[in-house]
Amino acid sequence: MKKSFIPLAIFVVLVVFLWIGLTLNPREIPSPLLNKPAPAFKLVQLHEPNKVIAPEHLRGKVWLLNVWASWCATCLQEHPLLVEMARQNIVPIYGLNYKDQREAGMAWLRQHGNPYILSAHDLDGRVGIDYGVYGVPETFVIDKAGIIRHKVIGAITPEIVQDKLLPLIKELNNG
Amino acid sequence: MVNQLLLSLLLALSFSLAHAGEAKPTNDDPVLEKRVLEVSENLRCLVCQNQTIADSNAELAVDLRNQVREKLKAGQSEDEILKYMVARYGDFVLFNPQMKSSTWLLWFGPLLMLAGGAWVLIITLRQRRKLQQQVPVLSAAEHVQAESLLAEIKGQKNDGQDDGQKNIKDAS
Repeated sequence: MKKSFIPLAIFVVLVVFLWIGLTLNPREIPSPLLNKPAPAFKLVQLHEPNKVIAPEHLRGKVWLLNVWASWCATCLQEHPLLVEMARQNIVPIYGLNYKDQREAGMAWLRQHGNPYILSAHDLDGRVGIDYGVYGVPETFVIDKAGIIRHKVIGAITPEIVQDKLLPLIKELNNG
Repeated sequence: MVNQLLLSLLLALSFSLAHAGEAKPTNDDPVLEKRVLEVSENLRCLVCQNQTIADSNAELAVDLRNQVREKLKAGQSEDEILKYMVARYGDFVLFNPQMKSSTWLLWFGPLLMLAGGAWVLIITLRQRRKLQQQVPVLSAAEHVQAESLLAEIKGQKNDGQDDGQKNIKDAS
């Protein structure tokens, strides 16, 4: 009697593992940058190429860094959410315009609205590599000390904003 | 979701049609290019996850290969370059997982399974041999009884055969 349970137990364990495997998204790779300082960069601004932008200018603020591009179809999906967040003044949002032509990027913002206080122009994608970007859009939550607290890979959704971003931003602003 | 999937599939297809084959060296220095490919073969392409960045022509893979080339030119070792990539993309970027406490199960799991299987096999074989060796010893009385039973069965069989033969004869 006891013996007949062994194959059943093995089967159950296997099912549990396979079930967990099915619910994982292999495209979401945990970032090693979590809870580490946001990599420094100095890039020209998208709208004013003679001015630079660097993350250390934003010390003391909780802010979002959103990686976007005019060629990125998924960016369009999340864009209204960013515009709405900017409208409500929830958190300063900065853009990293990733491997994009300046004119194309600016035209895209004119057409779809510009939620960014500033966008950095990462033409060759070098800063993107420093941030471990592999699938645009990506969104980083960076705290007052310049530490990356959260990373969203792919489009943000209303659920992510409600359940994760808003509570986290609130907590970080109070901390 | 489905549309997205279809779109990316189509894109991937058109892409692979346009650029079939392995990534081609773009530099004139064949020694350097060989090194770039060697290092790139240890790095996973994060966009097309079952390929190395040496196999892939995805834009990110091309960028990362360029990084590898630049760093090799600057005299960095393969180890330094791999560390640089892991700092940005995590252990997942390594095609060969590192040997460390969190990957022991990955490395030795199959061996453990093999050992477990061998153990079950040995136990089963031993038990079977024991059963074969323990041929029940019959007492004299049991022998007599067994023989009479066997004789009875034999008798029945013979009867049956006789009947059969008779039937065949009748039929002919």
